[in-house]
Amino acid sequence: MTKPVSITLQNTQDGFAIVEAILADNPEAKSNPFPAMTKIDCPGRLEIRADSVSERLGRDWDPQEIHLSVISLSGSVDEDDGVFAIFWR
Amino acid sequence: MNIDLKAEAITPRRHTFSHIARRFGVDKPASRYEEATYDVQPMVNFHYSPQFELYDPRRTRIVMNDWYVFRDPRQFYYASYNISRAAMQQSFDDAVNFVEKRDLIASVAPEGRDLFAAWLLPLRHVEWAANMNCQLIADWGYGTQITSAAAFCGADRLGIAQVISRIGLLLGQGTESALKEAKTQWLEADVWQPMRRLAEDQLVVHDWFELYVAQLIVLDGYIYPLATGAFDRAGAAHNGAAFSMMTSFLGDWYADNSRWTDAVIKAAAAESEANRIVLGEWFERWSVRAEEAVRPIAAMVLGAEGDAAVDAVGARLRERMVGLNALEAREMAA
Repeated sequence: MTKPVSITLQNTQDGFAIVEAILADNPEAKSNPFPAMTKIDCPGRLEIRADSVSERLGRDWDPQEIHLSVISLSGSVDEDDGVFAIFWR
Repeated sequence: MNIDLKAEAITPRRHTFSHIARRFGVDKPASRYEEATYDVQPMVNFHYSPQFELYDPRRTRIVMNDWYVFRDPRQFYYASYNISRAAMQQSFDDAVNFVEKRDLIASVAPEGRDLFAAWLLPLRHVEWAANMNCQLIADWGYGTQITSAAAFCGADRLGIAQVISRIGLLLGQGTESALKEAKTQWLEADVWQPMRRLAEDQLVVHDWFELYVAQLIVLDGYIYPLATGAFDRAGAAHNGAAFSMMTSFLGDWYADNSRWTDAVIKAAAAESEANRIVLGEWFERWSVRAEEAVRPIAAMVLGAEGDAAVDAVGARLRERMVGLNALEAREMAA
């Protein structure tokens, strides 16, 4: 079985948009709502695309801004201008 | 004694207001933009005499089944609007402070400085008129989605008028002399009279959507590309980099505002063939006027190349309308 990666985000305006983008871009991702936060699990690899978050927020979103919304994550991280990816090596 | 601490998750019974839930479903937490704009305006009360005629969809020839399809891609509500505009103001302030501190204006040839003042400063009066027009759209428009965005745009225009005034103070070495001279030009100089007549004629247009097309699509579609394109390049011949720094926000603002105006025109044109015809009619009517208004100014700045610059800007604007499906491509040839 592929080990799941996960990311937990605050339930804020930016957080909601990121969650929505993740669920749209990663068909296997599952979202688990908690009070004030949302945990997303996804087998193997999970990608957060800057353009899909930007589209939902209505402004340019830089993947580095993820740190303003993230509570916790598990997995290795690979980050560039367009994508913030979480995966297991 | 053992105490077990256990987190109890209480799921809210609803995530948003009923009027938002009716559009987007109950389970989805709505964004602030959605909550602040969709279906906020009363649709039943305050409509007809002998009550108050505050809201009436018949104030424009544009007919929409649903007036909430004019989604602003920038998703401006009070907070996001202010955050975005504070950043714009900051970048303008930084540019002007830099120019002021280094006294960069002194390095521009005097004729270049005069020419820059001659085309830029009277535009603050045009911006003030644009503010009035946006507020009329906010006042007479139908549906919060377009009226709130128009009110924000109106505030933008006042801000731009102030920003131009600040440049005017700088050009007048801290006095109002350059601004006074610009007002005299606006009121009396021949080159500005077609523009002033157009601004005044627009102030009495009562179909608010026609005004939207006349001001935000057509007139802005001529002035902004010229100011940040051909006029700016003409300034470069006089070592006008300092001016480019101070006016670069005009291009940024216009690109930002166009995202909204594109979305509005596209949605109105997609609604019906009748809307498309009306939009096309307004576009043609006001394009003639706008062209007539900018030609003398372009000739003043660019000399013999002015007409070609205006034609190029007009062609780009037309292409943009065709791209939004508001004009037929074949009309381009005509």
